[in-house]
Amino acid sequence: MATKAFQKTYTRLDAITKATISLTAKGVSNDELAVVNGKLAQVVKTKGDQATLQVFAGTEGIPTNAEVSFLGNPPTLKVSDALSGRFFNAYGQPIDGGPQVEGEERQIGGPSVNPYKRRQPSQLIPTGIAGIDLNNTLVSGQKIPFFADPDQPYNQVMADVALRADVDKIILGGMGLSNDDYLFFRHQFESAGALEKIVSFVNTTEEPPVERLLIPDMALAAAEYFAVDKNEKVLVLLTDMTLYADALSIVSNRMDQIPSKDSMPGSLYSDLAKIYEKAVQLPAGGSITIIAVTTLNDGDITHAIPDNTGYITEGQLFLRADTDTGKVIVDPFRSLSRLKQLVQGKKTREDHSQVMNASVRLYADAQNAKTKLENGFDLSDYDLRCLDYAKDYAVRLLSIDVNITIDEMLDTAWELFAKYFSKAETGIKQALIDKYWPE
Amino acid sequence: MKSTGKVIGIVSNLVTVQTFGPVAENELCYITLGNTRLLAEVIKVNGDKASVQVFESTRGLRGGDAVEFEGKMLEASLGPGLLSSVYDGLQNDLTTMEGVFLKRGEYTDPLDHEKLWDFTPLASEGDKVIAADWLGEVKEGWLPHKIMVPFSFKGSYTVRRIVGPGSYNIDTVIAVLTDENGEDVPVTMVQKWPVKIAIKGYKEKPRPDRIMKTGVRVIDTFNPIAEGGTGFIPGPFGCGKTVLQHAIAKQGEADVIVMAACGERANEVVEIFTEFPELIDPYTGRKLMERTTIICNTSNMPVAAREASVYTAMTLCEYYRAMGLRCLLLADSTSRWAQALREMSNRMEELPGADAFPVDLSAIISNFYSRAGMVILNNGQRGAVTFIGTVSPAGGNLKEPVTESTKKAARCFYALEQNRADQKRYPAVNPIDSYSKYLEYPEIQQYLDENVDKGWVERVAEAKNLVLRGKEANDQINILGDDGVPMSYHERFWKSELIDFILLQQDGFDPIDCNSPMERQKYMLELVLDICRKEFSFDDYEQCRAYFKNLINVLKQMNYSAFPSEQFDRYREQLNQISA
Repeated sequence: MATKAFQKTYTRLDAITKATISLTAKGVSNDELAVVNGKLAQVVKTKGDQATLQVFAGTEGIPTNAEVSFLGNPPTLKVSDALSGRFFNAYGQPIDGGPQVEGEERQIGGPSVNPYKRRQPSQLIPTGIAGIDLNNTLVSGQKIPFFADPDQPYNQVMADVALRADVDKIILGGMGLSNDDYLFFRHQFESAGALEKIVSFVNTTEEPPVERLLIPDMALAAAEYFAVDKNEKVLVLLTDMTLYADALSIVSNRMDQIPSKDSMPGSLYSDLAKIYEKAVQLPAGGSITIIAVTTLNDGDITHAIPDNTGYITEGQLFLRADTDTGKVIVDPFRSLSRLKQLVQGKKTREDHSQVMNASVRLYADAQNAKTKLENGFDLSDYDLRCLDYAKDYAVRLLSIDVNITIDEMLDTAWELFAKYFSKAETGIKQALIDKYWPE
Repeated sequence: MKSTGKVIGIVSNLVTVQTFGPVAENELCYITLGNTRLLAEVIKVNGDKASVQVFESTRGLRGGDAVEFEGKMLEASLGPGLLSSVYDGLQNDLTTMEGVFLKRGEYTDPLDHEKLWDFTPLASEGDKVIAADWLGEVKEGWLPHKIMVPFSFKGSYTVRRIVGPGSYNIDTVIAVLTDENGEDVPVTMVQKWPVKIAIKGYKEKPRPDRIMKTGVRVIDTFNPIAEGGTGFIPGPFGCGKTVLQHAIAKQGEADVIVMAACGERANEVVEIFTEFPELIDPYTGRKLMERTTIICNTSNMPVAAREASVYTAMTLCEYYRAMGLRCLLLADSTSRWAQALREMSNRMEELPGADAFPVDLSAIISNFYSRAGMVILNNGQRGAVTFIGTVSPAGGNLKEPVTESTKKAARCFYALEQNRADQKRYPAVNPIDSYSKYLEYPEIQQYLDENVDKGWVERVAEAKNLVLRGKEANDQINILGDDGVPMSYHERFWKSELIDFILLQQDGFDPIDCNSPMERQKYMLELVLDICRKEFSFDDYEQCRAYFKNLINVLKQMNYSAFPSEQFDRYREQLNQISA
């Protein structure tokens, strides 16, 4: 058999770094897995007879005479309905004490959907949070991250969104989750009685960072099984993608690649795009929606990780603490859902987009008034009204603890307009004012 | 005899090949992997080793795999049937591929070889012709698609035979030409051309002398782009680059639109597939899709094909330009193309330039932009390729290599600004930093004088100046406070807000406001300038603010009303009452 030759075992390493090993080996194929002293590794470079492998679990304790045997195939996941309700590690091994999952073995990180075969996303995903539903409406097949500083409750918000969303499956991909957060997700899913529709792939901070590189592809291979084979609506949660990108930079650094901005590999954009672009509305009705978390350093979105992410995803949800009201809000300025116009006014009330724009514009006026106030200037009557409006708007609509229907959100906004402003000050189309202005 | 080789090194999609025989820079090759063949392009040769970039995933490839060189560069197939098509970066027809997922090594033909086209000859037997001369014509949708002497033909030819009017498929020999040595050469309706080389075959390339209308006020009125001109739109994410590009694609005054989705989101391309077949071309009343070709290499598709995609798109435009048509090429985003170059340069361990981009980035970009332009064909007719690219600067910082290189190459600059986007002032084009060099062209000034209104350019300058003075006044107000500045500062600021809200801002999602014809733009600029030229005497700044807010509200309702219409006139009347 031709493959026999590639299962040959080697026992001499030429080079070892913290994340990679190199050895002389014949007939090695690109992306192929190997076992190095019991640790899983993957071929990332071949040059003549030299192969370089990234060792997922780290190279600590690997000697130059380590035993290396090549497996002949890239990483795979066994997929079947038995995945439901289970927790796995980065290699797809159960960590919940349950049995191995039997099913069809599939390569992870598989091919892309032909863009022409995609359908336009059109199903609204309501979350009850007005900062999302009103200002940045989510649509199935969308990919969108939360941008948040590490002290924001992004994992809680994400769990809320996932459990309220009307989907068939939720796939959690946890990268560098603290053990507490892992247990939090587990508890939330269990107490919501939703465990049966959830599949989790988890790498905690206790495990080696390079292992994280497998998590998104594992989660998405499972998602594709349910969305493509079973025509289900699948929601994938990826947290925290910043830690994923950090792992990428570790490997590229050890391979002596020239770093681009913020010491990230030059291929960061393509690497992230391969993951996020798995979000899709399929022609047969299934869909994959991706909600991710990208943690920021002190709100800095110009860093290479959030920056590249922003160019790939269909918007971002920016969480921040509002000091005026003590609430955590979805920032209406920095947040955006690019697909919102596919559902706003179509799947929601006709006044949706105008109400959204007017309420954000008035909130911007309040920010200007606040700047004036901080600079010690007198405020006009309009400024004062804006400031009062902003407080009400933050508490009743922007705060993440809001949980109401979209019609209620729109009615609340009209109520606030009428309370603080004249009709002309809102700048809304006359026909809508005539219909919705509360007397 | 084709050269062969074998794989000796792999890093991601960069493969090193040991070659047996001669190879050329940019030559194509196929790497055999099991039952499939992966297309790749030579990007560097060193001794008998060639570095090739593979247009597919290299998973499973191993040392020793066979390589076969093709003896040609990446070529586009040019012939009737290109319009309404959806191609990947290598011009594979995405619509005829089977299955939901892209299969590695699956290559499809860009043109339909069965379809019959109604051919009408334009040349006669005995005619002397050279490359790019028109031999005949077929109707592609409503456009006259010229069948030309292939661009690769050197020297002059005599038409020996040409078929009469009738229905033929693209492979039919429609003419036989005799070259200077008396050799006969057959010509069909399809020809091939290497995408990295510009199609010439025209008489001259003069300076552009008219504008291309887009229906977007901040472009047409304030910074018009010339027909055959170049422009670029840099902006941080979320500032509306794509929305603006789509608006230009829908409303741009051109016969042919080629959209190159280069390393961007697949869902944005889906939006085009879904919406364009429904939308109507505002100039001809035909379906938008009939004049549109999409080249799509989305961000998850192989990186190497990203670079090819913009060249393929440009080649299609040049082909239609040679037929005397006006083409518009939109590329979103050229930064992704530059990043693809960076990834390859990095893997080849070349010494990097700024931000790890290859050192010749600037030359590559300006070379590409120079392929746009208005041309006079050999028969005296005009053709044009207008090119607008978007740039996605890292961190929204315009001081980065791609933006800076593009700024040197493109003549129009539409700077999208985070601050304006945050305030939902769309399109978020910064009115002060943006520019169109074409406004300084005497040819364009004359064109605007004759076709829009006498003294138009001065009026545009007046409006721009008002915006600038308003910004300065606002800065003073912010420093000194509302009471700390004279009343005239408030007035100046609010006049600039009036221009901002009524002329610069435009609701791209409103069915009426999204597209503003030139006649309407002229009317509104006139109207707004008339108000701005007045001197007011307000008692206090509150009164000033209220007055202008009221004006803005009424004028905005006018923007939302059809022009002309009763509704529009009613608001006009209301405006008269306020400003009386």
